[in-house]
Amino acid sequence: MKTDRCKGMRDLLPEDMAKFRRVEEVFRRCSSRWGYEEVRTPTLEYLHLFTAVGTLTPGMLGRVYSFLDWDGWSGERVVLRPEGTIPVARLYSENLSGLKTCRLSYVSNIFAFEETGKERRERWQCGVELIGPSQPSADAELVMLAAEVLNELGLGQPEIRLSHAGLIKALIAELGVDAAEQTHIFDQVLEGNIKALGEVDTGNAELKKAISFLLEVKGNSPGFIQNIKALLGDNLTRLEHALNDMTQIAECLDAAQCPYHIDVASGMGFEYYTGAMFQFHIAGKRIGGGGRYDDLISLVGGPHVPASGFALFAGQIIDLLQTGEPDMPRMLVQAGDNSVECQRSCSAIARSLREAGHIASLEHGGSDAGGYRWVITILGDNRLRLLDRPAGKESELKSADELLKALGAAE
Amino acid sequence: MKLALPKGRLLNDTAAMLERAGVCIDGYDSRSRSYNPKCTRFPQLRSRVFQERDIPIQVAIGNYDLGICGLDWVKELLSKYPSGDLMTVRSLGYGRCDLYAVVSGRTGVSTVGEIDDRFGRVRIVSEYPNLAESFALKQRMRRFSVLPIVGGGEVYPPESADIAIISETSAGSFADSGLVPVAKVLTSRACLIANRNGLAKSDLSELLACLQPLETGEEPDTPPPADGRTTANEMSNGRDAIRLAIPDGHLSKTASGFFDRAQIELRGYTGKGTTRRPQIGLPDVTVKVIRPQDMPLQVANGNFDLAVTGEDWLRDHLCRFPSSPAVEIAKLGFGAVRLVVVVSGDSNIRGIDDLQDMVRQGLLPRIRIASEYVNIADSYAIDHHLGRCTIIPTWGASEAFVPDDADLLIENTETGETLSRHNLKIIDTVLESTACLVGHRDMLSDPDKQTAVERTINAIKRGIK
Repeated sequence: MKTDRCKGMRDLLPEDMAKFRRVEEVFRRCSSRWGYEEVRTPTLEYLHLFTAVGTLTPGMLGRVYSFLDWDGWSGERVVLRPEGTIPVARLYSENLSGLKTCRLSYVSNIFAFEETGKERRERWQCGVELIGPSQPSADAELVMLAAEVLNELGLGQPEIRLSHAGLIKALIAELGVDAAEQTHIFDQVLEGNIKALGEVDTGNAELKKAISFLLEVKGNSPGFIQNIKALLGDNLTRLEHALNDMTQIAECLDAAQCPYHIDVASGMGFEYYTGAMFQFHIAGKRIGGGGRYDDLISLVGGPHVPASGFALFAGQIIDLLQTGEPDMPRMLVQAGDNSVECQRSCSAIARSLREAGHIASLEHGGSDAGGYRWVITILGDNRLRLLDRPAGKESELKSADELLKALGAAE
Repeated sequence: MKLALPKGRLLNDTAAMLERAGVCIDGYDSRSRSYNPKCTRFPQLRSRVFQERDIPIQVAIGNYDLGICGLDWVKELLSKYPSGDLMTVRSLGYGRCDLYAVVSGRTGVSTVGEIDDRFGRVRIVSEYPNLAESFALKQRMRRFSVLPIVGGGEVYPPESADIAIISETSAGSFADSGLVPVAKVLTSRACLIANRNGLAKSDLSELLACLQPLETGEEPDTPPPADGRTTANEMSNGRDAIRLAIPDGHLSKTASGFFDRAQIELRGYTGKGTTRRPQIGLPDVTVKVIRPQDMPLQVANGNFDLAVTGEDWLRDHLCRFPSSPAVEIAKLGFGAVRLVVVVSGDSNIRGIDDLQDMVRQGLLPRIRIASEYVNIADSYAIDHHLGRCTIIPTWGASEAFVPDDADLLIENTETGETLSRHNLKIIDTVLESTACLVGHRDMLSDPDKQTAVERTINAIKRGIK
């Protein structure tokens, strides 16, 4: 009976894993160069970690994998980690809250139900959280780090889209609807339905014009934000703080020669975002995002500490990569006959090859030599034959030392 | 064409609707006990009578093309499993039932937000655990527990739960139980449901055209009663009072006889003037009448100190929560049942070995097991290597499931008579169960309660023959 893998789950084959390791290694290398230290949070967390108001939208909570643990008779549910940042915020407030500035990175899987089973229900993320600083320069650091990882992976400069949760919230506040409705509209915007903002009938034509203007125009300089401010005039002073914040981030990115687009309508993300939000795109595909979440740590029970972070979507990135980590040439070591002596020599030769840093596999019958650069056949009397498969060249050698020399010379 | 019809509260109106539609189904009335009523107008129609709650599951898994049940049970399934094959075709107008989140009038709160603020962890009991969870998430409660129950939700607040999600019809008037509604969860009416694949593949048009809403002349939605008078006999919250749960339903008769033998007076338990909070003739003991199925979970959570339930229900609880603090204190010797594994009388399977052989040979690629004891059924299937299994939860009348809607049934039986009347054959015994006294492990060593607990246990044990 054939048993399929679970709906919405993905197998990563050796070729995929080579790419996955490459993404992880480049991410770890870059983030540790900037001073980030790796952490790992558990796969299971309590549901109530994610139900605090302002952490996840009800839409997202409706898709978490939640269940009763074996000792869950109290009815409190646990969940498979549905996203990366909230567990790190918990980890910080539980273990590290004495630190003024904390740079943490992680590579972890997250789980979210998706109805059709065609999209992935388990996804991998490489994320960083910069906890402590509230300055726009900290947000700019994150954008630059993400760009560096993607550049170092050979994917080129990502398209960086900047938006601002504070700006969107201030716009919603202008609509004159009650607090519950404001949260509802914000949730829709965060889930990608930016139109929800323009659909509210405010009866205020000027406000409506300002909203559609803000959602439509896009720019790529601090000057653009100044233009917006000039065009909005004095009517929307509540937006000023958010616009100033964006100007400063834009200036920092300019100083670092990191190109970006200001696109208020790109504001997809999490309900816990309070300030700048950024999305990373490559070849039109969204491959990461992040933002500032100054209230989250206090919401999960920690001190009031500002923070921001981003995550790159490893699954999407490996689909963009041509190759994984460069592989070393592989060798197959086989016995020329069935004698015990010969088998023993096989093991000994393979061991000295591995000790010298080569990849040496033993032949147990039925191997396909196609995947090997070298095939080494043990002939007895300490003799062995070395076949260079791609070159079709064969040579006979008298010892392991001779073999290692020949391989060294060939490389 | 297969149609699932409801027993219970919707039966009379559904029968009337079918009669008016000219779909005469012989034997579908409150007097008949037939599970397989026949339809003369549509001879190819196979109809079967289920507990209302079973119907959405039966339609969702494709055993039935169409079904009639309350919207509440449809939403209960869809709120957890939105992407299945179940869909609502139309409301049928009758059988209105309003589902409310209620709290005890004594708490003095009137909104869900206040409850969330006041309690560290909000305990919600409901027969609708999935709706309760999505209600709590929608209300953005920060920390909550959902405790599923089988019935009697109105007796839980305030001592044994903070919120109960219950229907107005089952609770009578909320005010009589000292309850105040804080939010409306759902207005339910009988509705026609369908399996998407059934609709896609079979021509059900003639039947669909017949099954139209009844004009009920009902008033539109009215606001809930908001008066929270506290008239109920309250359960003491004192640290040293013992909170005892005793069973309702068919166990109550024999349990009542047991308490008589133990010379423990129970006023309002059976006979005239029954209440869910009877008076007991034992010092420092307060009593609530709840479903035996719900007791182990309630004891484990410390909502009750002692409970009179069946060993079968304790076992089911322990299969789900093996390290639970609910422990058996004494066998009480009444209410003896055998929990058995049952197949159709026409089946070749003589014992569990035959079943396992068929699984090994790939003759049973997926076994459907129906049971009220879902956790026992689940662990039975795992322990006996039954391969790929679907556990179909049932809420009574389970005999009717085999062979069409389930391959195997795990069911309790006293004499085996009902089983053989339904042409069913026992192939294994899972457990022999009697009523037992269950307690919380920690409570038994709580110095504040120890004396009262021991006194109560000894008094109850006097009823053992």
